[in-house]
Amino acid sequence: MRPVVIAGLIALGLLVILPFGLKSYGIYVLTLWMVYSIAAMGLNLTLGYAGQVSLAQAAFLGIGAYTTAIMLKAGYPFFAAFGVSAGLAFCIGLVLGYPALRVQHHFLAFVTLGFNALVWLVFRNEEWLTGGTYGLMGFSRPTILGVDTSNQVVFYFFSLGIFLLLAFVLWWIVRSPWGRAFQALRENPIRANSLGVDVRRMTLLAFAIGSAYGGMAGSLFAPLVEFIDPHSFTLDTSLMLLLMVIIGGSGKFFGPILGALLVVLLPEGLRFTEGLYLIIYAGLVIVLMVFCPSGLLGVYDRLSAAVRIRLAGRQEPSGGDVP
Amino acid sequence: MNNKDGNVLSVREISKYFGGVCAVDNVSFDVREGEILGLIGPNGSGKSTLFDCVLGQLSPDSGEVRIGNTNVAGKRPCELNKLGIARTFQTLQVFSQMTVLENIILAGQEHHGSMFSRLFGKRDAGLTEAADEMIAFFRLTHVRDEMAGSLSYGQQKLVDAAMAFVAGPKLVMLDEPAGGVNLTMLVDLKERLKTFNKEHGATFVIIEHNMEFVMSLCTRILVLANGKIIAEGDPDKIRNDPVVIESYLGE
Repeated sequence: MRPVVIAGLIALGLLVILPFGLKSYGIYVLTLWMVYSIAAMGLNLTLGYAGQVSLAQAAFLGIGAYTTAIMLKAGYPFFAAFGVSAGLAFCIGLVLGYPALRVQHHFLAFVTLGFNALVWLVFRNEEWLTGGTYGLMGFSRPTILGVDTSNQVVFYFFSLGIFLLLAFVLWWIVRSPWGRAFQALRENPIRANSLGVDVRRMTLLAFAIGSAYGGMAGSLFAPLVEFIDPHSFTLDTSLMLLLMVIIGGSGKFFGPILGALLVVLLPEGLRFTEGLYLIIYAGLVIVLMVFCPSGLLGVYDRLSAAVRIRLAGRQEPSGGDVP
Repeated sequence: MNNKDGNVLSVREISKYFGGVCAVDNVSFDVREGEILGLIGPNGSGKSTLFDCVLGQLSPDSGEVRIGNTNVAGKRPCELNKLGIARTFQTLQVFSQMTVLENIILAGQEHHGSMFSRLFGKRDAGLTEAADEMIAFFRLTHVRDEMAGSLSYGQQKLVDAAMAFVAGPKLVMLDEPAGGVNLTMLVDLKERLKTFNKEHGATFVIIEHNMEFVMSLCTRILVLANGKIIAEGDPDKIRNDPVVIESYLGE
């Protein structure tokens, strides 16, 4: 078996066992990690695979969370709210993709940053819909197939199921010819265009699918925290999601999942240092980015490449240029 | 895809300005099926701009381009590619973070199946075999699974060319395919282009500064200077044309 499969199975085993050894708060943090992972996976498709910088992922997290909260309060079943959240985020993401057809890189970052601010203003000011700064509460966790998920452990496994399903779908997308086209878009859109890749369509799809993942993460976020207000969906959150993608390994499938684990758990783990934890946390991020800009999985790639070179060195040197 | 005159490509009175500079000045020419047309001229004579106008990368300020019977005005490069025109660029354009095999498959996948089947179908779009043949043809089999960016310049140049061929195009437009390629590989490349021309019936338009390469490969040559066509004919005629000698070839 390949090491990645073994690591995956061990991780899955841990995810099943862990909640039984943890207190309620620990389970809550793990669930939060999965929710942020879903949003970061989406951003990884947009940014890591397709190369479209977005600082608006928190806006889609918010769109999903508010849509779900409003629909749950109105008495709709959870999966209806989940579907509408995904669909709405997909459509708005598609529209946000249009500027990306004209502007790229840091210009695109500013366009999406502006969009995040705009959505945040809607959350804060449209009190009739969103409750303004007071936020929304009074919706409960859903009952799925007769199982009440208000128990922390039950909701954890419910989230785990959705997380695994969405991870599989994304894995399928990036492994398909679509994934190759997305990567071509990131590396060289002009050449991709000349080879028949419909760059316009793929750019819009990269935004739409990535945003839909943000919306679906938001749809889980609302019943997880059971109270939402605009503060959760500011630019800070977009930057945090971006950090998860970059720190884990942008453009690598497990990158954002690992990155989210670090970003969510490290502050918890550093709690004993009290006032120092933010300083240590920031310091670690700086060190990692300086020494391995390709993220944690980049560290793994480098090590395994070094091992392969050493192994190859024992045998005959291979390759070489052909005249 | 040919029009009634048997032309694969017809360019009529194309002009392109950049600010006040006229890069392509009222150029007209036809490309006949099965020929290898050379496009030569000094630096800045408008060769690459002409390519970009034909291939939808730039839109000409006036004039008309027809592929067979289709007017290509307003069509995007990806749409033209699907009409059966492939190209390479003057600068190296491989996907350096993909393997050689992935590069070749990418170049063919958009020509197979629908948007839908490309999401739900096979990872390689059923192209591994065809891609491997192309890789073997360009003698790249030993680097098939290497990242394209890790290859030598000349090898990347071959990958770039192989990408243009994998979809089985009718018309191939190559911008300086011989630039930076060593002599033995050059002879190789020339033979391969001839094979594609003879066995697969591909028509070529080639921009090149290497005169030996052009003269021994092309069946007809156009000479461009200051955005205008100043001469046209077979290699012998061009070699002895006093206007061409004065403005480009030298004594």
